[in-house]
Amino acid sequence: MGYQMDKQAINRCFSELSKEYIIYAPKCYEGKGAFSDTDLIRYGEVTTVDEIEFREKSRFSFKEILLPISQTLFYFTENEVKEADGPKKSAIVFLRSCDLHAVKRLDAVYLNNAFEDYYYKRIREKVHFVLMGCKESFDSCFCVDMGTNRSENYDMAMEERDGMFYVDVKEERFKEVFASQAIKEEEVEVSYVTETKTKVHIPEDLTSAVAKSTMWDEYDSRCIACGRCNFSCPTCTCFTMQDIFYTDNGKVGERRRVQASCMVDGFTDVAGGGSYRQKKGQRMRFKVLHKALDFKKRNGYQMCVGCGRCDDVCPEYISFSHCLNRLEEGMKEVSDNE
Amino acid sequence: MDMNTKKLKKNAFRVTKVRGVTASRIRVPGGHMDAKYLSQIQKIAETYGNGTVHITNRQGFEVPGIRFEDMPKVNEMLQPIIEGLEINQVEPNTGYPASGTRNVIGCIGNRVCPFACYDTTALAQRIEKEIFPNDLHFKVAVTGCPNDCAKVRMHDFGIMGMALPMFEPERCISCGACVRACKKKSTEALKPVNFRPQRDADKCIGCGECVLNCPTSAWTRDTKKYFRLTLMGRSGKKNPRLGEDFIKWVDADSIVKIIKNTYDYVKEYIDKDAPGGKEHIGYIIDRTGFEEFKKWALKDVELPECAQVSTPVYWKGIKY
Repeated sequence: MGYQMDKQAINRCFSELSKEYIIYAPKCYEGKGAFSDTDLIRYGEVTTVDEIEFREKSRFSFKEILLPISQTLFYFTENEVKEADGPKKSAIVFLRSCDLHAVKRLDAVYLNNAFEDYYYKRIREKVHFVLMGCKESFDSCFCVDMGTNRSENYDMAMEERDGMFYVDVKEERFKEVFASQAIKEEEVEVSYVTETKTKVHIPEDLTSAVAKSTMWDEYDSRCIACGRCNFSCPTCTCFTMQDIFYTDNGKVGERRRVQASCMVDGFTDVAGGGSYRQKKGQRMRFKVLHKALDFKKRNGYQMCVGCGRCDDVCPEYISFSHCLNRLEEGMKEVSDNE
Repeated sequence: MDMNTKKLKKNAFRVTKVRGVTASRIRVPGGHMDAKYLSQIQKIAETYGNGTVHITNRQGFEVPGIRFEDMPKVNEMLQPIIEGLEINQVEPNTGYPASGTRNVIGCIGNRVCPFACYDTTALAQRIEKEIFPNDLHFKVAVTGCPNDCAKVRMHDFGIMGMALPMFEPERCISCGACVRACKKKSTEALKPVNFRPQRDADKCIGCGECVLNCPTSAWTRDTKKYFRLTLMGRSGKKNPRLGEDFIKWVDADSIVKIIKNTYDYVKEYIDKDAPGGKEHIGYIIDRTGFEEFKKWALKDVELPECAQVSTPVYWKGIKY
């Protein structure tokens, strides 16, 4: 059911929902950009609709809610282990269509990949999603080509038009809250983009043979292995483990998992001193083919959702979409060499 | 030919090698201005000068080859530049009212540069507004970060932008980018403890490398602006030296007040027989002792709690 309401009404809904849910949305953190006097758009808790950044794309995705950047799994003493508490409150997460498609990718990795990840599941079960309409795409977006520009599987969808808010509520539990505040009930469909400036074509006949292409070599010198592309990506799912022994009492500590990046030094370190993919170009190859080839083989759909964040955040102006578009040429190169 | 050279100099003209010929000095606070003023400078140079322009060390323009008798006309042509750059003036169409306190220099700052911690142009303009016109010989320079591209340690007052880094441990992924950047490019103020960076506040110079290199925004800048204030750097024949640290983590309001207080101090203690009434402030401090200077400089200044004042300050430099 769809509802039309003004800002005051929507904020009354927010305060009602806040009793039971933490509302997460892209938020503007003033002065918190890496460069001085610039802002940072990332996810954070909101209590009013005014705090939500509807216009700009967030630098980091909603992923941080389902997969905290650093997450303590359990605490240990000499003989005992105590599991870290899970979230007490349920959550409502505002996101755009590309990101909602990314949830499906995270679920594929953490819930449907042979076994369920306990720590992911206990957060995931408590999360509801609100689709934010996209009236137009940003320069680096390529959701249309990745088929992620539209979403139907939301709990709610919301959009602002001329100071009024339009909400489509699918999830039963939220209907009453919005119905009680609505000016009127009407069919609501939030906007979605049908064309993007950036276009991407991944060749249908892509195989791992492209790994032998020379297309990866230029990244050896261009990439600085900072990992910004991975940390901003809504579909990157890698983590690493850390056992921390508290400094005051070294017999007590905690195990936490933190997000990891296949571009950063140390990712391929193994016991015995081995380390693979030293060259940045080979790391790029691994990342690109994981996104554009391996995942699809296993799951039947592309991993990348075309949000373009990796392009936005790369300090060396390495464009992932540009790299995807070079795959065809790379395939041609390796087949000519055979 | 009769010409009051004292008045000529005060009016921002220069006595040159050639008798009866002067040069006009145009001040550009912070070294940044609308491009439209360039055509006005060109017009002055081509109408009354010799058709050339010198870009000065203090980020101004000097138009040489002007005849003494054309100075009033040049002053009239300077009017749109003086107004456009919002230079304090006493009487319109009479040019610059003083030249002793020099143009405030600024690096390009955070309007362009990713390293800069603040808008250097805006601070240079603010200081210029506060201290100009004045006949006393003061040199002030501002720079965006401890790279000190503006070489502020060569000035009486050097102002260096600082970023106070704030750390959110739960956003840290232990990649080590901050620790490496700090070690290789800065002062090695960070070391990893239990997978996360620990900051040595004494070593930290607020360069912002940790913030710039953090891929997850675990490091961000404090939204308050802080600076390092260095004192009494100078070139010159007697005892050239680099400015030394006076206050670390000082705010802009305090800096402005300290500079203004120093005018009172100099008025009190300047060598009355100084040639041309011009004496570098540093030599005055050498004479009165640093503590006396500090007493005047910090009068009614309320420093932020985090400010670290160096006292006493000793200078090195070259002694011939």
